[in-house]
Amino acid sequence: MNILWAIIFVLVAPVVGGLIAGIDRKITAHMQGRVGPSILQPFWDVGKLFEKENAVVNETQIFYVVCYIIFMAFTGALFFAGGDLLLVIFALTLAQVFLVLGAFAANSPYSYIGAERELLQIMAYEPMVILTAVGMFVVTKSFNVADIAASTTPVVLLIPGIFLGFLYVLTIKLRKSPFDISTSHHAHQEIVKGVTTEFSGPSLGLIEITHWYETVFLLGFVWLFFGFNPVIAVIAVIVVYLLEILIDNTNARVKWQLAVKSSWLIAAVVGVVNLAALYFLAGGVR
Amino acid sequence: MTYLAKSPWIIHYDASSCNGCDIEILACLTPMYDVERFGIINTGNPKHADIFVVTGSINEQNREIVENIYNQMPDPKVVVAVGICATSGGVFRECYNVMGGTDKVIPVDVYVPGCAARPESIIDGIVKALGILEEKRKNMPAQGSATVPHHKPHTNADAPGGTQ
Repeated sequence: MNILWAIIFVLVAPVVGGLIAGIDRKITAHMQGRVGPSILQPFWDVGKLFEKENAVVNETQIFYVVCYIIFMAFTGALFFAGGDLLLVIFALTLAQVFLVLGAFAANSPYSYIGAERELLQIMAYEPMVILTAVGMFVVTKSFNVADIAASTTPVVLLIPGIFLGFLYVLTIKLRKSPFDISTSHHAHQEIVKGVTTEFSGPSLGLIEITHWYETVFLLGFVWLFFGFNPVIAVIAVIVVYLLEILIDNTNARVKWQLAVKSSWLIAAVVGVVNLAALYFLAGGVR
Repeated sequence: MTYLAKSPWIIHYDASSCNGCDIEILACLTPMYDVERFGIINTGNPKHADIFVVTGSINEQNREIVENIYNQMPDPKVVVAVGICATSGGVFRECYNVMGGTDKVIPVDVYVPGCAARPESIIDGIVKALGILEEKRKNMPAQGSATVPHHKPHTNADAPGGTQ
């Protein structure tokens, strides 16, 4: 455990995450033949949200949003401090559940549908994320992020199937287009704004910052697959994020049924087969 | 200089417009005009919006909806009436079912006339609204204190038939 890294994450991740969001919007705009906003736009958006009136439907919403950001920051801090990967995943789920509770706290149909879809999303990605932790344990003999990152084992070469499965659910976690079913982030308005419908002003700003924390944490997760070589790891993280932007811009949104079924199928096929192959071919790598 | 002017989010409501002005508003989002380069986003949610863009004239059917959307928007907020119908009722102002422009029910800050209003003039109207948004922010009471009511509630004197 390294407390220094945890502190660095809590302080720096919002800045990095905001810049990533800004670059994301710029690249998206270029892909669509537009000029696009400045890469500092996400910071201006959040600054604006904090200048607005804090109109809340239900006071408890604020509590849930604060818990959401605290637990998301905790998840990332624990991860970057080199903590236990399983605990990190449970903290991530807990953080997500607080957002769902916040959405349920307001008596609004759009907020409800968004919260229900958010729960479905959690259901969709969770098996694959757990399998990822298991796969990493099988090849590195440790659940500790610090050990996995320091391991000289080429993790991604031993669990390529799990890596592909993780990329699949990463699209759900980053709220990118084919699976952007709970927030309708990019101007699709079928359920208004899903989980975030009833949040406005500063509370919405906190949700945005939480999303930046989450992005940095998830890209850190991608890094773990390539921990054996930092140079390759940096390139891999960049390529993965560019791929996510490309997928976001070239795919229409799917129904939630497909999101859940396909991510479970992917987890069951590539994840489990990868683990089985490891077990039989390498004799359990033991 | 605050962040408000750098990130104005819009909610667009079509109050009995013929769709001419609506298409021009959507044209602003296309690569040709690309208003997102100014940070302008078309949200579908009044609770996330800073600028209320109304097209079309007000009638008995949509009066309450316009008021409702306006009341759901958190302060500071501005209203932009796009097109001649939203400005004054246009050619429909004499109709028995039309009350007139948007300002019959909510306070309008910027009027963008035209039939249909051109994307350039719509963008110009939004940019004018940003200045007013900044001003409203300055006059806003501090967080936590009671908000001052901004507009006189609708009375029956403004109802259609009241002018006859």
